[in-house]
Amino acid sequence: MSHLLREHAPITAAGWKEVDEEARERLTPALAARKLVDFAGPLGWEHSATALGRVAALADEPVRGVAALQRRVLPLVELRAPFTVAREELRAIDRGAVDADLDALDAAAQRIAVAENLAVFHGLASAGIEGIAQVSSHPPVPLGEDACDRYPTHVARAVEMLLSAGIEGPYGLALSPEAYTGVVETTERGGYPLLDHLKKIVGGPLVWAPGVDGAVVVSLRGGDFLFESGQDLSVGYERHDEQAVHLYLEESFSFRVATPEAAVALPVNA
Amino acid sequence: MGFDQYHEPADELPPETRTFARMCASLTEEAEAIGWYEQRLAVEPDAQARAIMRDAQGEEFKHFAMDLEYLLRRTPRWREIAQGVLFQPGDVVEHGEEAEAESGDEEAAAGDAPRSGGGPGGSFGGAAAADGSLGIGSLKGATL
Repeated sequence: MSHLLREHAPITAAGWKEVDEEARERLTPALAARKLVDFAGPLGWEHSATALGRVAALADEPVRGVAALQRRVLPLVELRAPFTVAREELRAIDRGAVDADLDALDAAAQRIAVAENLAVFHGLASAGIEGIAQVSSHPPVPLGEDACDRYPTHVARAVEMLLSAGIEGPYGLALSPEAYTGVVETTERGGYPLLDHLKKIVGGPLVWAPGVDGAVVVSLRGGDFLFESGQDLSVGYERHDEQAVHLYLEESFSFRVATPEAAVALPVNA
Repeated sequence: MGFDQYHEPADELPPETRTFARMCASLTEEAEAIGWYEQRLAVEPDAQARAIMRDAQGEEFKHFAMDLEYLLRRTPRWREIAQGVLFQPGDVVEHGEEAEAESGDEEAAAGDAPRSGGGPGGSFGGAAAADGSLGIGSLKGATL
């Protein structure tokens, strides 16, 4: 039995199928980081740390004339977003209902996706994770509050920075929901969609990225940004009562930036 | 003891495939034992002996079920087809054909081989992957 304890939940196969499909549908659009960085795993719930290949010298010698080194690792962080599903809704699913109320699941999916994006792009200091925008070796390129039509200039500048540093493309552009909406809604002079113009500049995808401040341009060549999954996103069982089943979305992962030169942050404000 | 559960050279097989083959061999042995007890029960006149054999056959039922569940958890397409056939009322052959056909589209994505991690997980009756996760994995290359 897995630690998710799904077998203990009072949920039928049809109910689990609906819950899992809903979770997958809600998570996939919001998991921006996975669309731009390298993904390794899943390596299992038991996987606890990422080897960094480095050591730290211990100050004291265990025995005179014997040096001691300790391996450095990056422990995986566990993210968990609880939610409930009304048992009445689960019974409705079993009867064939296609409009079950799974709003709490949708909200939990959004929360955990934002948390993953935040960790990857802006870091999670308490877990020892440094984000892409944090460690970029390039000066940030401020987008400004209301200059959507100036995005091509800013993004082209970021791409030029990467090229100058010898970082090959194609590149991807993670955009905050506000920036993404602005891009989609904007048409440049001559009626050319801003979205298409930006795609041409970066040569890769534009990604809707809830949790991102402004935008981030990253190289997609591979080997620069390393997401290591222990347990991939899963739905687990916590408990149940007469009214509801208490479930949770959970994952474990670590994230490392191998090449700080391979990204440029474009925050709303400098 | 022989090693004839391996059809290919054992040293060329990855560890998870060797485990898979061992469990398949174990499943076969449990099924054979169930059949042997069934035959013995059919001819044994002594009631006490029959009771003991019936109890032993129950053990084999349990072993068979555990072996099967282990294999199904590691083989998403097998599990999906089994879910369409096992414990379903109605025509067994019909269910089998439908389950096989419905699983075909996902074969390329899910893979037939048992997996032990690495890349997106396969489907689990259209729901969880073999590791219990949602099987999302990498989305690199996807847009929006």
